[in-house]
Amino acid sequence: MLFKIAIKNLLGAKLRTWLNVFVTSLSFFMIILFSAMYDGMREHAKQVTIDTEIAGGSYWHPEYDPLDPMTFEDAHAVLPRAVKVLVNQGKAFPVLVSQASIYPNGRIMPIIMKGITPEQNIVNMPTQMLAGHEEVTIPVMIGRGMAKDAKLEVGDVFTIRWLDANRTYDADEGTVVHIMDTENFKLDMGHIWVPLDKAQEMLEMEKEATYVTYAEGLSIVENKGNWIPRDVKYLIRDMEALIEADEPNAAIFYIILLCFAGMGIFNAQVLSIFRRGKEIGTLMALGMTRARVVGLFTLEGGLNAFLAAIMTVILFGPLLWYFGTNGIWLGVDYSDGSMGLIVEKYLIPVYSVGLVVTTTIVVSIIVLIVSYLPSRRIARMKPTDALRGKVTV
Amino acid sequence: MEQNIVIKIKNLTKRFPVGGDYFTALQDVDLTLNEGEFTGLVGPSGSGKTTLLNIIGGLDSPSKGQVSVLAQALNDTTHKERAQLRRENMGFIFQSYNLLPVYTVFENVELPLILNKIDSQERRQKVAQAIEWVGLSDKTNSRPAMLSGGECQRTAIARAIVHQPALVLADEPTANLDAENSHHIMKIMVQLNQELSTSFVFATHDEKIMAYLRRIIHLNDGQITKDEKIDNPKSAA
Repeated sequence: MLFKIAIKNLLGAKLRTWLNVFVTSLSFFMIILFSAMYDGMREHAKQVTIDTEIAGGSYWHPEYDPLDPMTFEDAHAVLPRAVKVLVNQGKAFPVLVSQASIYPNGRIMPIIMKGITPEQNIVNMPTQMLAGHEEVTIPVMIGRGMAKDAKLEVGDVFTIRWLDANRTYDADEGTVVHIMDTENFKLDMGHIWVPLDKAQEMLEMEKEATYVTYAEGLSIVENKGNWIPRDVKYLIRDMEALIEADEPNAAIFYIILLCFAGMGIFNAQVLSIFRRGKEIGTLMALGMTRARVVGLFTLEGGLNAFLAAIMTVILFGPLLWYFGTNGIWLGVDYSDGSMGLIVEKYLIPVYSVGLVVTTTIVVSIIVLIVSYLPSRRIARMKPTDALRGKVTV
Repeated sequence: MEQNIVIKIKNLTKRFPVGGDYFTALQDVDLTLNEGEFTGLVGPSGSGKTTLLNIIGGLDSPSKGQVSVLAQALNDTTHKERAQLRRENMGFIFQSYNLLPVYTVFENVELPLILNKIDSQERRQKVAQAIEWVGLSDKTNSRPAMLSGGECQRTAIARAIVHQPALVLADEPTANLDAENSHHIMKIMVQLNQELSTSFVFATHDEKIMAYLRRIIHLNDGQITKDEKIDNPKSAA
């Protein structure tokens, strides 16, 4: 019986119903979109790191510590046999890491020089741009951010100074052969990339490397010597920790969005219900019990949330899908790493089932509560007061 | 004849708190109404007519005294029981109609039957019949906003009598209507009173209504000052 009356009330109220439903639907949309953007930002940072840097994991020279440049000097050796097999099969590529200094436009800049196999296709880096270039002494690839900082352009020549395996300083001319666009600022800022064989020649570290990155889906090889296998989980642990530390912020962000949505829904629902004080009085005069009046209005709230969920799918679903597919242009370039996290130029929201289900449930509960509370208050009034419309918030 | 008594009120007093004091709306009212009566509570504004009507309808409770309606002592009933009494045995007609604006005439009239869980086929029959009684068959699908004041009140009457209650309480039913509509409304109610044996109690100070009443109870300052039977009312014609 209540369901029938609630449906009649909702359909009969037309504009009022659709306004309430629209406000609730907009709340669904905003919460889902903003939370998905937040999740997308964090997920993207992880994905870009794996895509451009980590791949399936790495084997590290035992002395290598990427966070301590002082270790680079001793972190090089010939590859263990099994790791070398992977490299020969094209399932892995070595990287030789060294400290160096560059002198672009008369300035000195300490950098990390990395030698990488130009032919590799395991990580998403345009290393093939380093191939060829016999006409230059040291072909160098740098990132867009680095190019901006050092004021370098393709074709620019600058001095590179490094310490070789014999602990002798040497220097020569590097030529910028390519400036790469990468979302991973860790490959960009303070880095120069040279062909691996050139790096080995410069450093006098023939056939040596600092670490080897292998393709996804490979298991750890047996004969890896004293090299340390680092899987994806290990390599992204810092980022995971950063994301985990960010969880309270994400929760606060979600709560703030819910509060905004709740206020909108509360306004719409409360206004709608308190305007109907006389109607509630009439229903009571016609013999509807208080419990049923409260039930009716709470049910209307529930149906409102249900319609809002449908409206969200119909009205905002295509928009959410579009953003999820094409991303949202942020309009700000964070490729210099100033955010401390990889932030893409096009932010692609990630809609998890958990997010959608949680948001639907939480918003529906808010709607039910803001329907239940005012109707309970009105239903507790004397019917004579309700009939006279003597209803106050 | 005890079974024919519809309303029995003894020593009824109703006080409302006003500031730190009390306003006495009804004082020591004694009243008995029998089945099928066509009675008016008449008096000036503030005399206690509406308060008495609301107490009879179980919408308000007495401060003192006993009120028995349709053999139920309202003093001893719960809110739920009073709601059930109204739902099954009473009809209300309000001065400002109190129609639900989003419902059509049909849906407004249907509401008491839905509340009484009458099945849909029987509902349709009864609603059609009630609408026909009040002469609104051509307005079945109209909403209150599309109706005149008289049509709205006729819809309210249809809603009040659709479930054929034993008692209809009408609070100033003609106050918002012109003379022609008022007479038309009263004629409908007289006819229903006679055909259905429904008891009608009006709160009014409208002279036009008084001409139709068979019993007039005069109220002044919350007390019954006169209880008169009318020998030749228009309703007898």
